[in-house]
Amino acid sequence: MTIDVQALMPMFVAVPLGLSLLIQLVARHRHVLAEALTILTLLLLTVMSYYSIGYSGVYHLGGWPTPVGIDMRLDALATLLLLIVSVVGLAVSLYSVDYMRRFTARSHFYSLFLLMVTGMNGVILTGDLFNLYVFLEVAAIASYSLVAFGCDHEELEASFKYIVLGSLSSALILTAVALVYGITGTLNLAHIAARIAETGRDTPLLLAFGLLIVGFSFKAALVPFHAWLPDAHPAAPAPVSAMLSGVLIKAIGIYVLARLAFNVFGIAENELSLLRWLGLLSMVAGGILATGQKDIKRLFAYSSISQVGFMVLGLGLGTPLGLVGGLYHMVNHALFKSLLFLNAGTIEYTTGTRQLKKLGGLNSKLPVTAATSLIGSMSIAGIPPFSGFWSKLIIVLACIESGHYGFATAAVLVSIVTLAYQLKVQRMAFFAALPDALKGLQREPPMMALAMILLATGCIALAFAVLTGLRDPWLVGAAAQVLTAGTFGG
Amino acid sequence: MIFSLCLLLILIGLYGVVVSRQTLKIVISLLIMNHGVHLLLLLIGYREAGNPPIVDPAITITEFASSSVDPLPQALVLTSIVIGLGVLALMVALCVRLYERYGTFDVTEIRRLRG
Repeated sequence: MTIDVQALMPMFVAVPLGLSLLIQLVARHRHVLAEALTILTLLLLTVMSYYSIGYSGVYHLGGWPTPVGIDMRLDALATLLLLIVSVVGLAVSLYSVDYMRRFTARSHFYSLFLLMVTGMNGVILTGDLFNLYVFLEVAAIASYSLVAFGCDHEELEASFKYIVLGSLSSALILTAVALVYGITGTLNLAHIAARIAETGRDTPLLLAFGLLIVGFSFKAALVPFHAWLPDAHPAAPAPVSAMLSGVLIKAIGIYVLARLAFNVFGIAENELSLLRWLGLLSMVAGGILATGQKDIKRLFAYSSISQVGFMVLGLGLGTPLGLVGGLYHMVNHALFKSLLFLNAGTIEYTTGTRQLKKLGGLNSKLPVTAATSLIGSMSIAGIPPFSGFWSKLIIVLACIESGHYGFATAAVLVSIVTLAYQLKVQRMAFFAALPDALKGLQREPPMMALAMILLATGCIALAFAVLTGLRDPWLVGAAAQVLTAGTFGG
Repeated sequence: MIFSLCLLLILIGLYGVVVSRQTLKIVISLLIMNHGVHLLLLLIGYREAGNPPIVDPAITITEFASSSVDPLPQALVLTSIVIGLGVLALMVALCVRLYERYGTFDVTEIRRLRG
């Protein structure tokens, strides 16, 4: 049976969108149905994105030709992102079955969750600048409400902070969209790229590009713009934290940044150096702040900032190897950070606390959590032969290859810092003596264990991606080539 | 000239977001900023003494294109206003919930999260 991938492209957006509305219609009070529908949707999306590997093409929405209608573009980079969103989303939806039991209005959770997936898939696939902004807002609004889902003091405060900074960055992005439309007279990404290649980049266009870099740095939580992340990600329910840290900051932050910079505007050396410094700053500041945290989810949130820095550093090198490293680290981070957030969620679910000081000795009580968390920690810390080691190695090698020895040293040092805070989590949560308060602890529920095992398997499997060569890991190499190929117009 | 007024509106909004202490005032400032952006977007499609963008069978399509205002930014602004309304509703709901929990609209007193 052959499947027409071209016809599948709009389904990546339509299926989760339709299901999120359907859940409100038919499953509002039938939670089991809502859970089943969500899991099936994500399963379908995973299969669909697996089928679209190796395919690239343009879909014209409604059959309208390119400048009139809206295009959707699928290429190796988009496929890679779709695959991460679906796989992490699948694990998270399995995990939510048990975890969300203590919340009321669970059908709303699943609807919002699917809306978030809709927004991210839309951002990944769209070939139109304004359409990108619309999907960005869909994903963002869903995530604002998901952060506030618990409706307690911290959740509301974090969500308010998130929504204010999120709207601010969206306003900057919309300004940039307006400027780009005014200058180039088109919103189609390929046409914009062609127009820029034709006329060169004048000052207003550089202003627009600068606004886009700042706007998406907010979304990706790069360091001067990161203030919302350490509040918003820990405050959300654990499945949402996993989704936000694992996928959202990449799909609507780094992916768009890379796509616009490399494929549309055509990045110059001074802008690359800006990205490198932003990356370095996030890497160092996030790493240092993470070591001092006492709340396990907050520690992971700061660690996300630090790891995002690695990715942006890789992208900012602009060399083929650097791009491979940045994208490979992005894929790895999606899996191990969502795994770690699910681990933290299980700890919170079973023990009722997130404070590292009150934990200890959990590896006897929560064996699956302990084992998967060890895999996640070792991956993120870059212990060979886990996946994080390879992606960090590629980034460091790319730094050396392009003559940036200082950046290479910093990357190695921050990896050591990463190892330090991950060991801190392992020691304080899983290895120290079991406190008396936790003696009667239950094991983790089966669906949670299943989700964590799924992600841990993914982490291990990703390490084998380098078997196809350091410069061309499986799937990632092709995705990086999309970026190295230059602008759509050139 | 008129573009710099848009910029002024955006900057007033930005200033409001940065210095306000009341949650609702922050929301209003964001609204002002957003409307500055909408105005900018509208002005990009504006043409002095242009015709409304409704096709008139009496003139050719090139003539029409060179005389009417650009309808696309108007459609974009409409979309953006709807999105803005959604965000606004959510923000105000959050402000109400925050008031229920903390008993204040003052952001300097709403700070359990730090560090």
